[in-house]
Amino acid sequence: MKPPVRIIARLDIKGPNVVKGVHLEGLRVVGKPGELARRYYEQGVDEIVYMDIVASLYGRNNILAVVEEAARDVFVPLTVGGGIRSLDDIVAALRSGADKVAINTAAIARPAFLKEAAEALGSQCIVLSVEAKRRAPGKWEALTDNGRETTGIDVLDWVVEAERLGAGEILVTSVDQEGTKSGFDSALIGAVHERVRIPVIACGGAGTPEHVRSLVATGTIDAVACASIFHYGTAPVPALKSYLADQGVAVRT
Amino acid sequence: MITVIDYGRGNLFSTGQALRHLDVPYEITADADAAERAERIVLPGVGAFGDCMEGLRSRGLIEPLKRAAARGVPMLGICVGAQVMLDAGEEFGRHDGLGLIAGAVRRLPEGNGGPDAVRIPNVGWRALRTRGAFFDGTPDGAMVYFVHSYAPFVADGADVAATIAVNGADVPVAFRRGNVVGFQFHPEKSGPVGLNLIERFVRFTP
Repeated sequence: MKPPVRIIARLDIKGPNVVKGVHLEGLRVVGKPGELARRYYEQGVDEIVYMDIVASLYGRNNILAVVEEAARDVFVPLTVGGGIRSLDDIVAALRSGADKVAINTAAIARPAFLKEAAEALGSQCIVLSVEAKRRAPGKWEALTDNGRETTGIDVLDWVVEAERLGAGEILVTSVDQEGTKSGFDSALIGAVHERVRIPVIACGGAGTPEHVRSLVATGTIDAVACASIFHYGTAPVPALKSYLADQGVAVRT
Repeated sequence: MITVIDYGRGNLFSTGQALRHLDVPYEITADADAAERAERIVLPGVGAFGDCMEGLRSRGLIEPLKRAAARGVPMLGICVGAQVMLDAGEEFGRHDGLGLIAGAVRRLPEGNGGPDAVRIPNVGWRALRTRGAFFDGTPDGAMVYFVHSYAPFVADGADVAATIAVNGADVPVAFRRGNVVGFQFHPEKSGPVGLNLIERFVRFTP
């Protein structure tokens, strides 16, 4: 039997707020990090990802207090990303109650950082975060700094390299689909899944439960990260899970 | 009082928060004397087997933990903390464990690449097949959170308290022998099911 697909809530953090944008831009405040994390946990979400979306811009990291607050009452895995640049940053995140860190910009700047991090703390806590921008059919470029900077790096080459260096999971965000509520970039997710053996988390574009179901049906994902459908109440966690279960998709209940 | 052993390799914050949430008094300590005096011990652990054993060795915790187990102190190992309770581990070469329960820590079976194959590391929520009294009250099929590539293959099948299905194999993920209990999964990250299991350990008398 196929293991249940993990349903992850993604909370983009800016200062004291959870925000949501479109294509990682045009941000709107949707709530407080602690409150939303507790609500989604109580509703049965399987995991929570916090992204400090301005950390790599300003080089500051206010997110640890946010994680620490959540970790007091939320007993599912927590991942923190945004502004993770050094082993000290990772250790600080884990000490604040995070189970994993998501790394993008710092890994692209210096890929060996992934290897050092995996060797020091274990692959199980190192998530490679990829912001993928479609450039041609079957071709995506990796962006950094929350979609603000181009790199010229091919996403499909990069994920293979990151797995080799010791990443334990890959969070793939489609910048094209992000915030559009128009469905996942299933070609991107499928292509990444085909090239690596580690778990792949799909992010960007979930607007309806059917978007999630149709992606899961391709058999290419282990987890989906959703934001809008939870934040705006289009499909709260229990509604999403019961829809998936009714359609024959294994979920944790 | 629960003594949570800090040897630099554990998810101590979350383990502590779970105990706080359950209103259970606890201390987090790396002190070998505290381990000698402990009434009830939680041994967390994250990372590689050999590295965790080195963390225990460098803090002088190996012998105190062995003595605590021998005098019947209830001990709960979590994740790699459970793995090091066995005789040996095979991650990055063979390493001796604490030897509190017979068996070896071995890699999970790989899948065949088919659509139902479980990828290794095995990350996510998996349904427990429970057996034995320790899991009374945890429904068969209850899901808990895993992130691991290795599992504790205890030698005596009678000590296995729960298993999961991984690529066609029935893999042991919880064991209990007398006062020694181990969970390969993370009860502190497994929602109400996991909190309930921690509470069970807090109350259990071997």
